[in-house]
Amino acid sequence: MSAPKTLYDKIWDAHVVDTQPDGTCLLYIDRHLVHEVTSPQAFEGLRMSGRKVRAPEKTIAVPDHNVPTTAGRETHIDNEESRIQVEALDKNAKDFGINYYPVTDIRQGIVHIVGPEQGWTLPGMTVVCGDSHTATHGAFGALAHGIGTSEVEHVLATQTLIQKKSKNMKVEITGKLRPGVTAKDITLSIIGQTGTAGGTGYVIEYCGEAIRDLSMEGRMTVCNMAIEGGARAGLIAPDEKTFEYVKGRPHAPKGAAWEAALAWWKTLYTDEGAHFDKVVTIRGEDIAPVVTWGTSPEDVLPITATVPAAEDFTGGKVDAARRSLDYMGLKPGMKLTDIKIDAVFIGSCTNGRIEDLRAAAEILKGKHLAPGVRGMVVPGSGLVRLQAEEEGLDKIFKDAGFEWRLAGCSMCLGMNPDQLAPGERCAATSNRNFEGRMGRGGRTHLMSPVMAAAAAITGHLTDVRDIMAETV
Amino acid sequence: MEKFEKLTGIAAPMPLVNIDTDMIIPKQFLKTIKRTGLGVNLFDEMRYNPDGSENPDFVLNQPAYRQTEILVAGDNFGCGSSREHAPWAMKDFGIKAVISTSFADIFFNNCFQNGILPIVLPAEAVAVLMEDAKKGSNARMTVDLEAQTVTSSDGQSFHFEVDAFKKHCLLNGLDDIGLTLQKVPAIDSYEAQMAQARPWV
Ligand code: SF4
Repeated sequence: MSAPKTLYDKIWDAHVVDTQPDGTCLLYIDRHLVHEVTSPQAFEGLRMSGRKVRAPEKTIAVPDHNVPTTAGRETHIDNEESRIQVEALDKNAKDFGINYYPVTDIRQGIVHIVGPEQGWTLPGMTVVCGDSHTATHGAFGALAHGIGTSEVEHVLATQTLIQKKSKNMKVEITGKLRPGVTAKDITLSIIGQTGTAGGTGYVIEYCGEAIRDLSMEGRMTVCNMAIEGGARAGLIAPDEKTFEYVKGRPHAPKGAAWEAALAWWKTLYTDEGAHFDKVVTIRGEDIAPVVTWGTSPEDVLPITATVPAAEDFTGGKVDAARRSLDYMGLKPGMKLTDIKIDAVFIGSCTNGRIEDLRAAAEILKGKHLAPGVRGMVVPGSGLVRLQAEEEGLDKIFKDAGFEWRLAGCSMCLGMNPDQLAPGERCAATSNRNFEGRMGRGGRTHLMSPVMAAAAAITGHLTDVRDIMAETV
Repeated sequence: MEKFEKLTGIAAPMPLVNIDTDMIIPKQFLKTIKRTGLGVNLFDEMRYNPDGSENPDFVLNQPAYRQTEILVAGDNFGCGSSREHAPWAMKDFGIKAVISTSFADIFFNNCFQNGILPIVLPAEAVAVLMEDAKKGSNARMTVDLEAQTVTSSDGQSFHFEVDAFKKHCLLNGLDDIGLTLQKVPAIDSYEAQMAQARPWV
């Protein structure tokens, strides 16, 4: 009998094309997702060397980072550089014959939302994209990670990637989550505990009862931020929920192919006794609704805490914390719930799926944005938007004073017109609170959709459990 | 790709931890469809004031560090976005090597794709080199890839590890795509096998 393998080992082994004596492998790539920002130079490289896309049928492109989220974008994008990038993708998709969802297509959206939604992402696959949040697709038990533009060109030309295997790390979340605690709180709490470099060199498998209990949307939220923990990828073993989600999607296998696929997918789990190089265990009951206070995703605290002082840290983090506090305009010792906000952003590849919008709407129903706070809801794809409208969620958001936008990355990174002004403070459901990420000088507090909705109502960071207590 | 062999140059100290790729090259410069010309925007928001003038406190704006070729940085350098614009901007500025205790994975790979050598050393060694870099333009460090050593201006030498394959590619200026295309027969046969085993892919 062969040695027990982890889920990562199994997917890796199934994709090795060639191994060099030093262990460097050529790994086959099943799905290559492409967006407009990290691909123009790669296509240019192909053209210059007269190369084709090796497997255009396995390559899927969609513009998301640059596109405005307001009406009229189908015909005109004001910012010239953005327009050129989107037009370049239009042309590259056509010239190289790859699958494409242009901005005029209802299926357009954030690449990491479109892939799973259309059934391109399937269990056991290798999925890459010139985007660090490719980790999202790990929720399906697919080995998915971000790559640079040179590697994008490499995959386009060869459908493979030169890789060395990472180490195995297990993150187990045991037991049940408490009310008001979501997938976002799980993933932020993990990073808060392990740090932004805690996963460097590893592929993480998330497991445990609290992970099993999550919906596919929640699992995608968890895996999405594996990269913020430094990991190459995050994985969750596929189960009935996964198969149920995938079944019937446009590019999922059908009929006999479905049965064959299912038989293989059911073998995709970590064998009893398989070795992990690092193990982290967190009790689900110990996870609180959290927010970030600083400019690194590891700057995580329960909402009931106070702003730390730089001296609370050690080593290089002391200076980094001082810089963060200064940038964020926060004083040590103040209660997190006393931090006033100017804006609320609900969206992104972390929390722009239907379930996220439902959860936020549930809190906002019959409520209104606090005076002086602006709010924006940006569905992750045109189909999420459509579904939300069918369920009447758009009405709840609009009644609450939110803007209801078209799909895209939007404020998650201000490459498009949606940005924070200098000094503006935002409760955001996205994944990065870096300096300037949402606009130069903008201040970002990361949190779950329900926590963002709670902050929207009160105008300051708020414990969603207090709002929930009011409504019952 | 250019070959990387041996480099002696000015090293700049950047002790901040978790320097992310948004800091290295902010998003507004990702709208380019070229790989070149990003050097002026390297570390843009730290390097320039909101009115566009230079921030004299930023290390690369100081006279001693304008010709920097090596960065000595805090832990977890290059975390965040996968943007290869970060190493493109560094290369365009003239930076050829970065020394830290750790690097984010995607950034680390992206460096090698662009002839930049990321060097991982233990905290004690980085601390010594950080102090050395603080001496300004008189402190010229030497990075020898063949020997896998970094030598400070006063002659203290540290050995570093580097993946053998990556070293080989960098020393010889080899292009990954060219190498992989020599393996097309293996890719063909893998695809043929998979067409049987996992036809739904
Ligand atoms: S939503 Fe944000 S994190 Fe996700 S792909 Fe877009 S820019 Fe990146």
